[in-house]
Amino acid sequence: MKYMKSLAELQAIRDKARAAVNIRENAEAETRVLVGMATCGIAAGAKPVLNAFVEEVAKRGLQGVMVTQTGCIGICQYEPVVEVVVPGQEKVTYVKMTAEKALRVVNDHIVNGNVVTEYTIGANAIGAK
Amino acid sequence: MFRSNVLVCGGTGCTSSNSEQIIERLNEEIKAQGLDKEVNVIRTGCFGLCALGPIMVVYPEGAFYSRVTPDDVPEIVSEHLLKGRIVKRLLYQETVVDDNTTKSLNETTFYSKQMRIALRNCGVINPEKIDEYIALDGYAALGKVLTEMTPQEVIDLMLASGLRGRGGAGFPTGLKWKFAAANDADQKYACCNADEGDPGAFMDRSVLEGDPHSVLEAMAIAGYAIGASQGYIYIRAEYPIAVKRLQIAIEQAREYGLLGKNIFDSGFDFDIDIRLGAGAFVCGEETALMTSIEGKRGEPRVRPPFPAAKGLFGKPTVLNNVETYANIPQIILKGADWFRSIGTEKSPGTKVFALGGKITNTGLVEVPMGTTLREVVEEIGGGVPGGHHFKAAQTGGPSGGCIPAKLIDTPIDYDNLIAIGSMMGSGGLIVMDETTCMVDIAKFFLEFTVDESCGKCTPCRVGTKRLLEILNKITSGNGTLEDLDKMEELCYYIKENSLCGLGQTAPNPVLSTLKYYRDEYVAHVTEHRCPAGACKALTNYTIEADKCKGCTLCARNCPVGAISGAVKETHVIDTTKCIKCGVCMEKCKFGAVVKK
Repeated sequence: MKYMKSLAELQAIRDKARAAVNIRENAEAETRVLVGMATCGIAAGAKPVLNAFVEEVAKRGLQGVMVTQTGCIGICQYEPVVEVVVPGQEKVTYVKMTAEKALRVVNDHIVNGNVVTEYTIGANAIGAK
Repeated sequence: MFRSNVLVCGGTGCTSSNSEQIIERLNEEIKAQGLDKEVNVIRTGCFGLCALGPIMVVYPEGAFYSRVTPDDVPEIVSEHLLKGRIVKRLLYQETVVDDNTTKSLNETTFYSKQMRIALRNCGVINPEKIDEYIALDGYAALGKVLTEMTPQEVIDLMLASGLRGRGGAGFPTGLKWKFAAANDADQKYACCNADEGDPGAFMDRSVLEGDPHSVLEAMAIAGYAIGASQGYIYIRAEYPIAVKRLQIAIEQAREYGLLGKNIFDSGFDFDIDIRLGAGAFVCGEETALMTSIEGKRGEPRVRPPFPAAKGLFGKPTVLNNVETYANIPQIILKGADWFRSIGTEKSPGTKVFALGGKITNTGLVEVPMGTTLREVVEEIGGGVPGGHHFKAAQTGGPSGGCIPAKLIDTPIDYDNLIAIGSMMGSGGLIVMDETTCMVDIAKFFLEFTVDESCGKCTPCRVGTKRLLEILNKITSGNGTLEDLDKMEELCYYIKENSLCGLGQTAPNPVLSTLKYYRDEYVAHVTEHRCPAGACKALTNYTIEADKCKGCTLCARNCPVGAISGAVKETHVIDTTKCIKCGVCMEKCKFGAVVKK
């Protein structure tokens, strides 16, 4: 710890510590990111996906976005599955997610409002190609 | 970055029901599942709903688990933290809407009517980490005061806010500061009264356990306003968790330079030390408290001179209560108008109450001033359990009085409570139902004040003792109607002649019960009967012949063999042998044993 001499230093500590406690105020968040974390999801690599979402949301300081886990939704061959729920819009289901894909979903979909169509279940369903 | 925060209550209530073991177990299980870089376990202060402790809240979902045991931990970790499946059986029932939906805590009746200013960080941050306090605007008020405001501006803001002392008397805080600032001296002190001694009160303890930095920050602000460079927190040694967290908080604040020399490079020096009290109730009185800090026997002295002129070590001193201080940083940051918009005109802001006694949701609540007793007891408190009815509530502990059921719609603020013969007190609120005898309650509080009277002045030392003797006479069935008048006269004598607040308020429980429940006193005296059935000497257990099946259960359980009767025949209690323990009544399956 260091001895602070100015309000700016206090502000710096505040901003840094803020991300860690934000999560406790987001329980009523509007946008929800649900990562499938049943056995199938975990086996397919859902944990790095979940962590990528958490870190990216924190890094960008996004307010009102809750990243959480959910159970198996029954399409185990498409795991890791991620659902993004924005109020007033249809739920979007992303499949076969990776940490890299997660970053793009945060940027394109959550921040800018453009669904990443190529990652969705519609584009990846068997026979779609 | 942690994706999930698990908050476990580390207040005294939950700690005594194993929350420490829960935290240990959580850390073990989380490590075993490889989640230790993803899930952060935080020990917080009190959530308020002590009746359902130990309490655990998991974010980001905001799942509110109640009555958690260490054995529930593996399930919570493997189901919720690993797989994201909330453990429904442990959820606070009120938050469960249907199988798949839960509602937020703020929508439950316990929390929705509350407004948290003093308790805003309790159950939200880790009180042992200064960074978490800073994250929620901690020390920003001190920064603002030191860099943007003059001491006079701080005092003016406090005066404008209308904040009144939360210790019980309700003296305007800004006025206290103004008087102390006006007195010139080479040394002044800003002190904190954390000697919470009322039976049933635990507001200050909870603030110190859950958010100690808010008090330190406010003390520094007070020091700046009046020109003090040293502060003392007088806290009772019976609060070990609060003491430990305060010590940690003081050390962390010193390391950051938020206490010590030249804070924020403003030239202002302020430091705080802790002084432990040995648990004497009288040391909550300001002059006795300061005498005790000086290292002498804790006895009050005559005022004036008031502490603002001659306080600790004979120097000008400001002494405020813990909850008062906890409000101050928010007032500085949000302004006097914001604070005045909450509560009533003459009592702005909120008040924390410790709910206890015959109430469903035992715990800690913070409501805007002006909230009615009905809202606190029936809505937030969940009403009286066991099918019983609300009879009265005691506010202000041994210094206060009772509020009878007919006045349940009184809006609670300083002036209304005084008008009905009670007082705000520090915030203990003890709920009583029809099985509580009001004479017995008055006796209970008198026993307390007789024990705690320091003995310096005669009205208090001898007067309370005599008062208790009369009460004992009444509850044992030997009182007379003249005793009631004599008692009332003695009450006024003690009130008017005692040296300090302890004696001046000690007769209040007697006076207020006499005022609202004189018929109960009269029943004790003239009919030798206790209407509530609480005074042992005046009640007898009997068995109703038509209800008794002769099962012998009562006779077998009677510890003194006072019940006789053969199988399938009516049993009889020998009242000369009976010790009135009530076991027979508890055991009887047919409701045949009655108390008269």
